[in-house]
Amino acid sequence: MDSLTSVILTPVFTAVLLLLIPGNFRVVLRLAAILGSACTAWTAVSFFSRFHAGQEGLQFESLVPWVTVGPLNLAYHVGADGLNIGLILVTGLVGFAAVLVSWNIERHVKLFYVLLMSMIAGAMGAFASLDLFFFYFFNELALVPTFIMIGVWGRGEDRNWAAFKITLYLTLGALTALVGLVAFYVAAGANSLDVIVLKAHLAAHPLSVSAQTWIFPLVVFGFATLVGLFPFHSWAPVGYAAAPTATAMMHAGILKKAGLYAILRMAVPLMPDGAHRWLPVVAVLAVGNLLHCAWVALRQKDMNLLIGNSSLAHMGFAFLGIASLTVIGVTGTVLVMVAHALLAGLSFALSGYLETQTGTLDMTRMGGLLRKMPFYGTALVMGFMASCGLPGFANFAGEATVLFGSWKSLPWLVIIAAWSGLIIGAVAMLRALRAVLQGPEKPEFSRVADLGYWRRLPFVLLLSAMVLFGVAPGILTSRIEPAAKAVVAAHLTPSQAGQAPAVPAAHAAPAASAPGHSGH
Amino acid sequence: MNYSLITLEVLAVLMGLIVLLADLWVSPTARKALGLGLAAALGCLLAFAVGSLAPQSGSAFADMFVVDDLARYFKGFFLFAALAVVLMAVDYAPKFGAGLSEFFALTVFALVGMLFAASANDLVLLFVSLELITVTFFVLNSFQRTQLASLEAGVKYLILGGVSSAFMVFGIALIFGTANSTNLAVLAAKQKELAHSALFLIGLLFVLVGLGFKIAAVPFQMWAPDVYQGSPAPATAFLAVGSKAAGFVLLIRLLVGAVPQITAEWHRLFVVMSGATILFGSLCAIPQRNLKRLMGYSSIANAGYLLLGIVAGSAAGSTAMLYYLGGYTLTVLTAFTVISAIANHVESEDTSALSGLGQRSPFLAACLTMAIVSLAGIPPMAGFFGKLLLFKSVLDVAPGHPELYALIAVAVVGVVISLYYYFSVIRAIYWGGQSANLSIIPVALSTRIVLVACVAGMLVLGIFPQGLVKIADHAVAGLSHTVAPAKAAH
Repeated sequence: MDSLTSVILTPVFTAVLLLLIPGNFRVVLRLAAILGSACTAWTAVSFFSRFHAGQEGLQFESLVPWVTVGPLNLAYHVGADGLNIGLILVTGLVGFAAVLVSWNIERHVKLFYVLLMSMIAGAMGAFASLDLFFFYFFNELALVPTFIMIGVWGRGEDRNWAAFKITLYLTLGALTALVGLVAFYVAAGANSLDVIVLKAHLAAHPLSVSAQTWIFPLVVFGFATLVGLFPFHSWAPVGYAAAPTATAMMHAGILKKAGLYAILRMAVPLMPDGAHRWLPVVAVLAVGNLLHCAWVALRQKDMNLLIGNSSLAHMGFAFLGIASLTVIGVTGTVLVMVAHALLAGLSFALSGYLETQTGTLDMTRMGGLLRKMPFYGTALVMGFMASCGLPGFANFAGEATVLFGSWKSLPWLVIIAAWSGLIIGAVAMLRALRAVLQGPEKPEFSRVADLGYWRRLPFVLLLSAMVLFGVAPGILTSRIEPAAKAVVAAHLTPSQAGQAPAVPAAHAAPAASAPGHSGH
Repeated sequence: MNYSLITLEVLAVLMGLIVLLADLWVSPTARKALGLGLAAALGCLLAFAVGSLAPQSGSAFADMFVVDDLARYFKGFFLFAALAVVLMAVDYAPKFGAGLSEFFALTVFALVGMLFAASANDLVLLFVSLELITVTFFVLNSFQRTQLASLEAGVKYLILGGVSSAFMVFGIALIFGTANSTNLAVLAAKQKELAHSALFLIGLLFVLVGLGFKIAAVPFQMWAPDVYQGSPAPATAFLAVGSKAAGFVLLIRLLVGAVPQITAEWHRLFVVMSGATILFGSLCAIPQRNLKRLMGYSSIANAGYLLLGIVAGSAAGSTAMLYYLGGYTLTVLTAFTVISAIANHVESEDTSALSGLGQRSPFLAACLTMAIVSLAGIPPMAGFFGKLLLFKSVLDVAPGHPELYALIAVAVVGVVISLYYYFSVIRAIYWGGQSANLSIIPVALSTRIVLVACVAGMLVLGIFPQGLVKIADHAVAGLSHTVAPAKAAH
């Protein structure tokens, strides 16, 4: 079966298999979960490697009509192009790593792995979907698992509050986007939420400017809430700080990207006039992420809050790339999404391991751990350096591409982004490294132990992917570029987007002059 | 006349009478077996009702009673609900004390009222079937005679139900006086001229008061929380599922089928009613700790969501209501089956009593969680697709009507609020507090079957909604829809 369906069904079948195993067979449950997620990761890797780079259009496609009653027409449509193939790959990798680092889960093992598998399935489905209804459907599959996982296996006194906060925020964002999607369905009149069908339909019958102007913000701010766009971001750090390691890895690494993916997949290409009106606002808010969240990260003592806030700051780059509306900027955004998925997964895995050893994440109480844990320390240095934007890691490739892409249309924002992302972010990360790894050894942490050989696998996996995409970002960019061109194609001639959908992408998109175009 | 149309109803009445008579000869210890037998009989009736042997479409008794796709759709769900409620009552039996057989019989009589309501094409039959439902529920609600709360529930339902019935009779009298007929088809034919008669409109409004009481819509929702809390769990379940659905089928027949033009002109009234019901139910549910009371408020909020379909006034709106009611039936039955199953093993009905359920019975915990997820409207359960259809039906007709956008905003806020109290239940199940008692809760085989059927139904409806949406679409095809606000704008 050469369709992306297999990569969604593998974790689903694993979850069903886990349900059939009795709850007290812990070792069997763990092995089954590891095997299932390894199969998922392997399937994702194989799709990624078989993906024909530089080719336009969809690959591994499959289309099944799902609900067709009267004017209601929804289809299960999956397929890969440059926007999602990288995300599918990292979902497989981070999902596998999340299962591997969950060896310390002792209570309700079965429930834990079933929920984790449904999160992986939901994320895979969301990224593979080309029908927006199914995107929403799969994305919401992760909501209840997140809530239960934070509550049952979460950390800290505040986890109850954090579980509710993350759930309510995500639901409000998702529902806002859903209302936008339904309004879009009605307004577009294509009787479909399939982006491919919509694209063809809207090319012939463009959506009125006024409809785009009010539907676009519903969709984009709804989905941006799921990503943590400033000022809708406050759920993220507390949620991740309270979540068990695997949940934080999956959520911060993978599920957060789903909102960005939807914006790139649907909002920007299908509502060009709305994008021109509203993306400048998004760009300004992205600076809020870059400055505010980076600054907040600087002040954190808890390692999870530091990672959570710094990961929000990185999302600022992703939004900036989208707002630039250039091929390079959008390519950079997808790169950032892929790179950050690996980075966030790695960072939360690292902090999770540290907590199992020290019993705390308060960085002011630590010190000198590099001597006790050389492998762990090395991984932490590499991860945090990648977060600073050190060349050689995928994050640098992504962020630099975003900055190049945005320079022409948003020069001031690029200056702020470079300054904050690369300076404030670096200060925060370096201070954390110093506090944790260097300085005198603390007697209370004399019993900490480094990772055993097998436990190193998830860290090695994520780090090597980061380095691979860092030194050879062409593996990704060659795949992303055709899709990025398609995303911004409609923006080159905003008022005649319908007449000329296949304009060859130029680098200079007139985002600054756009409001004038969309005014009539 | 085609008497065969009422085969289902006659068979159901016979079942009720047989149960009553059998009680005289069955020993008290075997009464549970009687319930299982009745459930089996209801299962056969359900198979008959949805099978190809069921009465064909047609009307009887001077066009008072119709059998059409709409009636068949609801009858299937009523029969399933009655079956589940009887099995619930078997589980709940120790709490009843005496009179288990009477509970079974009354459930069947209430079912007969619902079956007639689904087919009512005349205000008189509408009234009689509603009264049959209401009067049996007076007894069902106060069935735990030794419990003060249960008696209180019965009395409250009696008084408020009586008042609402009085409104309804008065309204029917006014309608009969102005239209010279109580037949819905006749009203439909005359609605253009009747729309100008103030007396007729007042009559219609009074009938709506009666129906609003049935579905627990604001401002006729006062009784719901107390009655839901006080009544025995199986009775509450039947009230939440059957009585509400009966109210809605009558509402659809009257507002969408008979007088769509007046409904369209009144669409602001329904906008306000729907919005207020959603907000009232959602906001008041927040501080609730009693599980059944919480379900009472949740049922109010759900009535508000269902009214979105009336607001839309389109075929899509009615389809959405039917689908939503289908999913809602399975969801609420799941929740109350779990509540009944644990009733004998936990001390109170507070949500805190659920603590440790995740360990005491992972099966019941999972079922209740899925029901809650469906109520909250989250994929992949049926509740999500139902809410989506309702929202879409309103957004379809919304362009040019800012009040409809406001209503959608209210509905979204309602869903977010509802998530808070629904997820509090999930929290209670999995990590709320420490339960001293961690003994395993045994689950009877019959309960297991009902729960598996309901949960599977919720999942199937949520993941493959095509089938039921299509059936619902056929069922409402016979109604004379007008797109409400567009008409009103003219």
